[in-house]
Amino acid sequence: MVLANAVTQPEGVRLLLEVENLTKIFGSARNEVVAVDNISFGIYPGEVMSLLGESGSGKSTTARMILRLSKPTKGRIIFKGQDISTLKDIDYWRQVQMIFQDPFSSFNSFYSVHSFLGKAFRLTNNHLSESERTARMEQSMESVGLNAAELLFKRPHELSGGQRQRLMIARALLIGPDLLVADEPTSMIDASSRVGILNMLMDLSRKHKMSILFITHDIGLAYYTSDRLLIMNEGKIVEEGTAEAVVDAPAQPYTKRLLADVPTLRKAWDEEQELA
Amino acid sequence: MKNLLKAQDLKAYYRLVGGTEIRAVDGVTLQLRPHEVLGIAGESGCGKSTLAAVMSLTHNPPLRVMDGLIMANGSNLLSLPPEQVRRKIKGTYISVVPQGAMNALNPTQRVRNFAIDMLQEHHPEMKKSEATDLAQSRLTDLSLPVRVLDSYPHELSGGMKQRAIIVLSTLLDPKVLIADEPTSALDVSSQRSVIRLLLTLLGEGIITSIAFITHELPLLRQVADRIAIMYAGKLVEVGTMEEIIFDPRHPYTKALMGSMLVPEKHVREQRIEAIPGVPPDLKNPPDGCRFHPRCPRRQEICSREEPLAKTVGDRTTWCWLMQ
Amino acid sequence: MGEVLILVLRSRRFMIGAVLFLTVLAFGVIGPRIVHRDPFQMVGGLFDSPSEKAMLGTDNLGRDVFTQLMYGTGTSLLIGFVAGVVATCIGVTVGAVAGFKGGFVDELLMGITNILITIPSIVVLILLSIAIRSRSAMVMGVIIGITSWPWTARAVRAQTSSLKTREHVDLARISGYTAVELIIKEILPYMFSYIFMAFILQFSGGITNEATLSMLGLGPFQTVSLGVMLHWALLWEAVRTGAWWAFLPPVVFLTITSFSLMLINAGLDEVFNPRLRKS
Repeated sequence: MVLANAVTQPEGVRLLLEVENLTKIFGSARNEVVAVDNISFGIYPGEVMSLLGESGSGKSTTARMILRLSKPTKGRIIFKGQDISTLKDIDYWRQVQMIFQDPFSSFNSFYSVHSFLGKAFRLTNNHLSESERTARMEQSMESVGLNAAELLFKRPHELSGGQRQRLMIARALLIGPDLLVADEPTSMIDASSRVGILNMLMDLSRKHKMSILFITHDIGLAYYTSDRLLIMNEGKIVEEGTAEAVVDAPAQPYTKRLLADVPTLRKAWDEEQELA
Repeated sequence: MKNLLKAQDLKAYYRLVGGTEIRAVDGVTLQLRPHEVLGIAGESGCGKSTLAAVMSLTHNPPLRVMDGLIMANGSNLLSLPPEQVRRKIKGTYISVVPQGAMNALNPTQRVRNFAIDMLQEHHPEMKKSEATDLAQSRLTDLSLPVRVLDSYPHELSGGMKQRAIIVLSTLLDPKVLIADEPTSALDVSSQRSVIRLLLTLLGEGIITSIAFITHELPLLRQVADRIAIMYAGKLVEVGTMEEIIFDPRHPYTKALMGSMLVPEKHVREQRIEAIPGVPPDLKNPPDGCRFHPRCPRRQEICSREEPLAKTVGDRTTWCWLMQ
Repeated sequence: MGEVLILVLRSRRFMIGAVLFLTVLAFGVIGPRIVHRDPFQMVGGLFDSPSEKAMLGTDNLGRDVFTQLMYGTGTSLLIGFVAGVVATCIGVTVGAVAGFKGGFVDELLMGITNILITIPSIVVLILLSIAIRSRSAMVMGVIIGITSWPWTARAVRAQTSSLKTREHVDLARISGYTAVELIIKEILPYMFSYIFMAFILQFSGGITNEATLSMLGLGPFQTVSLGVMLHWALLWEAVRTGAWWAFLPPVVFLTITSFSLMLINAGLDEVFNPRLRKS
């Protein structure tokens, strides 16, 4: 049984998001750094995908461009058939949202959980009354397994990392995007809570037909959650395929090396045994 | 076999402003044997870094040792005068690579100065050039580039910085190296090169044993001879690598092992379940077994009484199920 | 917040500074309300030495130095305070906008800031003081304030450009916050302690600047300040004639005020930058 959402995309299903020849160059003309080098890929509706790469591979820059937090140097991003540079910020962010890596620095420590979640209503349902807002917040908190009665008026520093990351998901739920970009959502979360958060994201994807793009360096996470994987190295996508295909039978040398260096449970690293 | 280092009934608490105590290490007995890599694993906040700090005698207020001993060569290192610890123990008997050490290098100093400071601490008469020579020859022996000594930290990759720190911290051939999360925040390839270096240091006899603190069990599967699992300030299970990884007995170890996401078939074949609940607040840990509120197999006694250590062969387990 | 307060109150530097400052404040602000004396009233002759009638003697016009000192301290504190508020407001605004916007706006604003830093502010101060006809204490404060904001702007800019990359700022941005909201709600709160400390430095600098200007004869009209007292004392050669009571008290008060503000600042620094804190 394969639990990650199946990628049987029938012919003719339109891509939700298309990235076309996307390039990002930082720095001046004399000293330029090509962070993202002419990459193209697409995400189907309801699909869970991972953009997998080591630090400096350009994966986070790609995520920021998809979220319109950073402007591409070249290339374009198409969402539901429209170039996103022609869309209004608010309209786009209503449909494409993000979960950040650091459950600590992604909260403004001056505001309570209530006002953190309240921010989400700027994008949708701005007309709701205060009591309706609170009711929705409570509902979304309960659906990510948080006790609203206890936590709604707490400050971020009174919450654990796992609780904060759940809140981040609750916020996304209030907005109800079609695409959720999750940038290393569990890298700062304990192993025992990590799986819980990933399971929740996968369930939400299935329930709401929400696409998820994980941005991660964690091959295990990508393998567990995703339908398809994109392997990124030095700004380029070096390999693309279903999770099984990429992990079980990698085609590219970079992917092979990456997989060989990942510590696993069943197998020992080859040459290390001799050295030890 | 004589232990190189032993923590005996160690209790180390953080005392906060206002008098509350965080019982980060609460009664831990653990031996580091000669010629081994001892993995100490657990989730963040389980006390593993605190244990590393106390075992390497680098603990500072607000962390205080409340009780217990750190034994080496028949003496309790905690009772030695600080001057003697500084001159006779640190760097020569025990070296430590603290968590985040590679980001703690002084950005305005060449890496060489790290080695000079370290060596002059123990041999004040040593000239800078002698210290540099020593560092150079050690790097050459380990086939690492000598140029790192002349580099500033920002010029080196994370993996290279970490390897440089490890080499320079072990210039005086300490018996024990305590490495706290030496590979976290590194790419897998750098991670592997750091591990390779640690194993070379052992193989060459430069160091005798390593205490390797990490939250990544798959990594310990690659390097550790024995593994100690900590939960909420206490040990729950200690055993050989094979025992802990392939045949965990304590419900917590089992759950932790079961929640590891690795790129291996079994991960994709079934839904992996998280351990319900969260680790306890160490200001006020639960009575009895500290894992009992989350334990799927808890019994009535678990909430009342602390489980006793049960040793079979190399494995010790603290769980009522084993009694 | 509670913990910060405890640490602040435990800081010896802060407490000594605060006690000194409150004493000066009480003397200069509450004092005049209690004694109700006219600082310009002649009570004796030229540079009468201290006596029972005039505790600190008289000045060049036979006015009571003690009364002058009391009113002068009040005026100097007012000018320093106004200068601090003005400089902090301008500095924070310029710095935050430059740091947040980046690019051309940043270069333009920082260009202006750096030019102002290069021109000795005393020159600008003198020119402005000459140009402005009516110089009340308030106007003095404002003049000093608008010449001393650049350092604050530079510091706030640096902080802003680092704070703006934090994830909560991005999160607020993709929640539809405008630039102004992002600055006010997501960035400035994290700089509060920093801004407060900058304000204290500006406050202290304002008092010193007032003294400098006033000594040159460019002080406020129709009022007395510590600088104005020094101006008259120097003009009438109090130092040469040995009338120490005419210039020493304002000098001592200036020193105490600056010193106490520095101590407060150092104490806060200790609390807000834990690296400086001793275990």
